[in-house]
Parts: sequence; structure tokens; C-alpha cells
Amino acid sequence: MIQSTTGAFLSLSGISKRYGGVHALNSVDFECERGKVHAVLGENGAGKSTLIKIISGVVKTDQGTMVLDGQTVNFQSPSAANAAGIVCIFQELSLMPDLTVSDNISIASPPRKFGLIDSKAQRLRAEELLASIGCEDVNPMLRIRDLPLSRRQMVEIAKALGKNPKILILDEATSALTSTDVEKVYAMLARLKAEGVAILYISHRMHEIEALADHASVFRNGRHIETFAKGARNNEEIVQLMIGREISAHFPPKPAFKRPRPLLEIENLSWENRLDRVSLSVGRGEIVGLGGLDGQGQKELLLSLFGVLKRVEGTVKLDGVKQELTSPGVAKNAGGGIALVPEDRKTEGLMLPMSIAENLVLASLDELSSASIVDEAKVSSAVADAIQRLKIKIGSPDDAVSTLSGGNQQKVVIAKWLMTKPDVILLNDPTRGIDVGTKQEIYRLLRELADEGAAILFYSTDYDELIGSCDRVAIMYDGRIISELEGDAINEKNIISASLNISEQKANGDTHVGH
Amino acid sequence: MSATKSSDFGIRLRQNMGFSIAVVLFSIVYFLYQLAHPKGFSSQVLVQNSNEVFSLAMLAMAQTVPVLMGGLDLSVGAVMTLVDCLASHLLEGSGWTVFGGIIICLLAGAAAGFVNGCVVVYGRIQPIIATLATGAIYMGLALFLRPIPGGKINEDINWAMTNSLGDFAETVGIFDDGKAPWFQVFAGVPTSLVFLVLVASIIWVPFRRSVTGRTVYAIGSAEGAAFMSGLNIERGKLAAFTLAGIFAGIGGIFMAIQTSSGNADIPMAGAYTLSSIASVVIGGTSLLGGTGGAIGSIFGTLILKVISFNFRIFDIAPLLQPLFEGLVLLGAVSLGALSILRVKNQLELFR
Repeated sequence: MIQSTTGAFLSLSGISKRYGGVHALNSVDFECERGKVHAVLGENGAGKSTLIKIISGVVKTDQGTMVLDGQTVNFQSPSAANAAGIVCIFQELSLMPDLTVSDNISIASPPRKFGLIDSKAQRLRAEELLASIGCEDVNPMLRIRDLPLSRRQMVEIAKALGKNPKILILDEATSALTSTDVEKVYAMLARLKAEGVAILYISHRMHEIEALADHASVFRNGRHIETFAKGARNNEEIVQLMIGREISAHFPPKPAFKRPRPLLEIENLSWENRLDRVSLSVGRGEIVGLGGLDGQGQKELLLSLFGVLKRVEGTVKLDGVKQELTSPGVAKNAGGGIALVPEDRKTEGLMLPMSIAENLVLASLDELSSASIVDEAKVSSAVADAIQRLKIKIGSPDDAVSTLSGGNQQKVVIAKWLMTKPDVILLNDPTRGIDVGTKQEIYRLLRELADEGAAILFYSTDYDELIGSCDRVAIMYDGRIISELEGDAINEKNIISASLNISEQKANGDTHVGH
Repeated sequence: MSATKSSDFGIRLRQNMGFSIAVVLFSIVYFLYQLAHPKGFSSQVLVQNSNEVFSLAMLAMAQTVPVLMGGLDLSVGAVMTLVDCLASHLLEGSGWTVFGGIIICLLAGAAAGFVNGCVVVYGRIQPIIATLATGAIYMGLALFLRPIPGGKINEDINWAMTNSLGDFAETVGIFDDGKAPWFQVFAGVPTSLVFLVLVASIIWVPFRRSVTGRTVYAIGSAEGAAFMSGLNIERGKLAAFTLAGIFAGIGGIFMAIQTSSGNADIPMAGAYTLSSIASVVIGGTSLLGGTGGAIGSIFGTLILKVISFNFRIFDIAPLLQPLFEGLVLLGAVSLGALSILRVKNQLELFR
């Protein structure tokens, strides 16, 4: 199956890695060449992460050999791999939040004068690297802590470029980026490719892979399934290889469009300069999508509805009753209950060292206890129900939630909030960095919940998701809802033009341009 | 261009808010103290204050390094006491003997810190509990060296170190025994203050700008990210504790010189350790690690000490002193937390 390419720069043979009883990688052979973009595809848990961790020196192999440029290598640490020219941009950012941008970019090998760090040279270097990816707007003196997620990701990329990689590994590196940034990253990758850098590209976004990759390798259950050249396989076939089972439709069918009586009513919501007189309503049984470019106020809207933001102007009504949402604790119990599946499951969604069961019941402890004492019998039956309903793949509910794969962790977050039986469900980009199979389960679950009478407000950075799963889509631009699409008007062209604030929707008469 | 300049300055000011507040607060209170003092603004008062501050300032710097890394070092007081007792044996005699003694004392401090680092790094034990244990061991060693207070220190070094630069020059025999006309401007400056500045600028400032120093900040900020960035975490931790040991050792040497004796005083060691933590916090270093620095901690010490100076001047019941120090500590921490009132996204409170 594997073409014996003549110019293999890095080649792995017979690589195996076990964690406990699980084969994360099972005698994998893999090669990549200079000046080519090589996509690595597979569901979460397929072994992609382990593969790149081995290549970049984070974990050691149990078996097998790795040959880099004709030399057998065995990296003991990430710094050893860096020294050999293998640089990885990780999905979990490798930035130090309290250090400045320029400190972070030059962290491993800063420019020095008399043995000490030369902060002027370091700053210049940061400015140059940021400029090379079109991020001149980031002041290198700022602390990472004070930057939004999308800027942090660009700093992360600048940091990797500063190491002069021979092999650059991008692990879901674009998932937090705005589309303008993605363009810049593409341009950067094209430049590196021309310079002869080997690029390993891991992404769940199929169109990115189509646009970028020269070769693609599919992994499944710790095995290397197939490597093929660009265009040799179509999307359907690739998805088949990845999940190894037939999928008929990506999204569950939508019910015929009707506008139900509103349950959640938002009127003229403003906050700081991020939200500008936002009005929106969501009815029972409805899935309303929030779209638009990243950072247009979608996250702030969800956070304000969950009582996280202070001094929000405007009114929020549930079933016609005005609500004062001052904290998540209040929001949780407001009306029939509000739930928020947060943006960052690792810090806002889960207590990673605590067990799956403990995480699941955290938001519904009040209902599961009598006289402040937690009722263990109720807890274990509730936990069992949740695990079954969301088909969470676990060993035991008492395992730490950190032992689960990303997709299953996200299921735990969602299950945790479903246990509170909320009327209103807010989701902040819940499928980011999650495998195709889990995504589909989430879409199906959302539709089920809507059918049971929940009002769902769903922010996604993925247009396909909005098109496929939402009854209505509100596009935000600069803190305002600039357009509401419904029915057949929910298509890629309308979403993109609204997101870019191009008023070019004359062809679709049923588009409501609001406010 | 000027716009970027001013915003750079704004950024720097915002990033060093705790430190700036400590400096301003100290300057005001100390100025008032000097105004009220009958011998205010004299070399004599300055020398006395500086001598009282030196050892705690050293411990505060010592404490800063592990705190930046996100840990606490509960052994700094014990290391100081151990070196104090060692110095009371070694700093007798004259000339090269004393010099050799000082080197041995510094090495002892460094070794104690290095052992702390080894326990933390190779034993994989949390700093707070590791240093609680090693601190007790160092106290035991100190008691072994000095079961009862005593010992003797070379009188010249005692005189030279605990007075003004003029006295120092006279004792050492430089600058025409300190009578050179150009030297008179500096003659009134306390020797211990000069040494404090020297230690800070020769040891701390280069450390902060070294890769190892940066590693310490990185560990305190996000250890996992520091590791993934290819930094040498183990070396950073070992260096942090060793440096803490060196600072604590310098504090111990000065204490022995100042008191002309060694004293394995357990309550004093404990009180010094706790005051060092207070100094670090008042000086604007976050107990979570990652932000702050040793210069801030020196000002933290100065603020703590200026409170006790004022008690002597203003004739307030000395029993109230701990209460005031506690209030200042709370106040300092609250000032640092003032920015929280401006936070409009409650999630940021937990980051």
C-alpha cells in the first residue's frame, strides 16, 4: 500500500506504542518527503496524536525505528527533536500565559548578548516572525494572557517558525483561527513548502486538506490504513477509510421549517464594545445557529446569557418572564434552566483529574442530594443513564476524565448539562477538534433534544455544521446580528457573504436583514 | 511612533502594577518616617535601618525564586540560620581565613538549596512539603553546630559591614582610608545597602535575563507548555532552589556578622520564613508563579520593616505591630486584586 518513495526525509517503520492495555499505535510504517504537505487523517483515538508525539519526542516508542535524513534517531525530549529540525504546533497551546509574546516566541533559544538574553533583538525577532504571518497588530510586549485565543494560536505558529523547522507538524493548528488568519497560514505553508520543508498536517476540516495536501495518510485504531496522492480518493471514500463504516447522511433530517413561540427572547443586549443591541429569539424545538467570522461577539452573547458577563444592558426573557442573569448558578436555575457547553472543555468544562462520574453530576448535585447529602444510589443511576444516552466510551465511571479521548471528553461535558434537564441549551463551538463520528452523534443528539422541547442556541465556526443542523442561523458581525437566515436560505453563499458583511443577498428574497 | 512608545510604556506599567505600588508606598511611608525621626535624614539612621533590613531582604529574594516557579520554600529561614551558625565558627581569625570562610558559607547555602531542588525534582515531591522537611533537617544541623548561642566573628568585618562606606574604606584601607575628597559624597552610605544593591544587580539581574531564569518564569506560568517548548525544566527547578539557598546563605552570613555570633533560634527562623513570603507578596509577585521579581520583594521587605521603624518613632504600643503588619499585608494583596473589580467577564477571574 505504501509507495516506496525515493525521497523519504523521515521514515518510521514498525512503530508501536501501548498505553496500559491499549495499542495507541500498532506497527506503523510511515514516510514523508521534503517540500510536500502530508495530511494525516483519522478519528480521535486513531493514533494521530501518538504518532506526532513520537515524531516530536514527547513520548518514546515501545518498538520500531525512526530514520531522519538517513540517520536513525531516538529523541529523548521535545528539545532533542527541535534540535533535529522537527517542530510541532500543538493543539494544546505550548505558550506560557504570564510571559510576553516575544519571550514566548524565543523561549527555547533566545538571542543573547554576553550570555544574557538580548531583549531588543528578541523583540525585533518577534516582530519579524509575526510580520511574516501577517500579525503585525500583535504587540510583542503583551502577555499571552491578554491575547484572544486566535491571536495566541498565531503566536504559537510564529514561535514554531522561529525554530527553522525542517519538518513542521501542525496538529489542528487552524481550529482556533479566523478565516483571514487561515489564509495567512496557507500562504506561509506554501512558502515553507517551496523552501523544502516537510509538512505534516493534521486537521478535521476536509476542505483544508483538499486545498493543502499533496499526500494523505489515513489512520484507524492505531494502524496506518492507507496513503494516497492528492485527488486519488474522494471525500466519501476518505470518510469511509477513516471511520470504517457506512455513513448515509452527515446530519439528521431537519423538520419542516416553522416558527415556534419563542422561549428565549433576547432584546437589545449590549456589553462593552463586543455586543451591540443584539435581539434574537429561540423557540422550543428549535436549533438556532450563531455564525459569522470568529470573534464577532458570538461567544460574548452566549456568556452573557449564562450570567458570566457583568453589567450587560438589555433584557433576557424566558417564557415571557424577565430574567436577571448574574452568575452561572442563577442562569442554571432561571426559568426551566439554562445550560452552556463552554468553549474550552479542558478549563471551563471539566475537572480533568476528577472521575467521569464526578464530572457528570457536578452541575446537578442539588437534584441528586437530599438535605445536602449526595445520594450515591441516585448518582450512580444518573451516571449510568448519561453514559448510555451519549454513548460515552469509557472503562469505568471512576476513571479520571483526563483518560478519555477529546470526543468522549466533550460528550461528558454535554452529558453533564443534560442531567440538569435544561430548557435552553447554549453551545459554544462544541465540535472543535472532535472526530467525525462524535460530531455526528452530537448533531443527532441536538436534534433529539430539540424534538423533546429544548431551545438550542448553537455557535459554530464550521459553516457546514450550521447549514446541516440548524433551523435558523443568525450571523453576527462586529457585535451585531447582521442577518438571520432560515429554510433554504441557509446556504454557504449566504452565510459567507453575511459573515463578510457583503449585502449581496438579493437573489434570496427570504433572507431577513435585521437591525 | 510616539503612539506605540506610549502604549509600550502603558503595557509595562500595567504589567508591573504590584511592584510600582510597593515602591510608591514605601517611598511615602519612609519619607514620613525620616521627617518624624529626631535624627532624620542622617547617615546614622540610614545605616541602622539598612542593617535591620538586609537579612530579611535576602530571604525575600531567596523566597521569590521558588515562588516564581509556583512553589514555596519553607526552608529559607532554616538555611539562613544554618549558615549563620556555620559562619560563627568560620569567620574568626583574619584576612584569607575569613574570606575562605565566607566562600564555604556561600557554598553551604547553595548546597542546602541544591538539596531542596533535588528532593523536588528527583523525589517528585511538592516544594512546600519537601522544604518543610529539609528545613527541619537544616535546623537540626544548625543546632548541632550551635547547641547554645555563641561564637565569634572577626571584629573588623563586623565593623566594616555594619556601618557606613566611610568606615568600610577605613577598615579595608582603600581611598586614603576613606578620606579621599571625592569619596566623601558616598562616605555616609550604609555598607549593607551597597551590598544589597550589589547582590541584586550581580546575581538577580543577570539571572532574570538568563535562559535558566526565563525557564523559572515559564515553569511558574505553565509547566506543561514550558516542557513542550523544549525548556530544561529540571535544570530550571534545581537552579531556582540553589539560587534561593545562595540568597538565604548571604542573609545568614550577614546575620552572623551583624550579631557577632551564631544562634540556632527555631522561632526566629520560622518568623523569617513567613516574613519572606509576606515580602514576596507585598512586592507584587504572584503566589501562583510566573509574574513578579526579586526587586519587588526587596521593596516588600522595606515596607514590612518601615512599619516597625514607625512604631519606634510614633510611640505606638509595640504589641500592635503584628496587627498592623497583617493589615498592610492584606492591603497589599487587596490592591493587587483591585483590577478584579474592573473585570466584566467573570470567567477571567479564574484564569
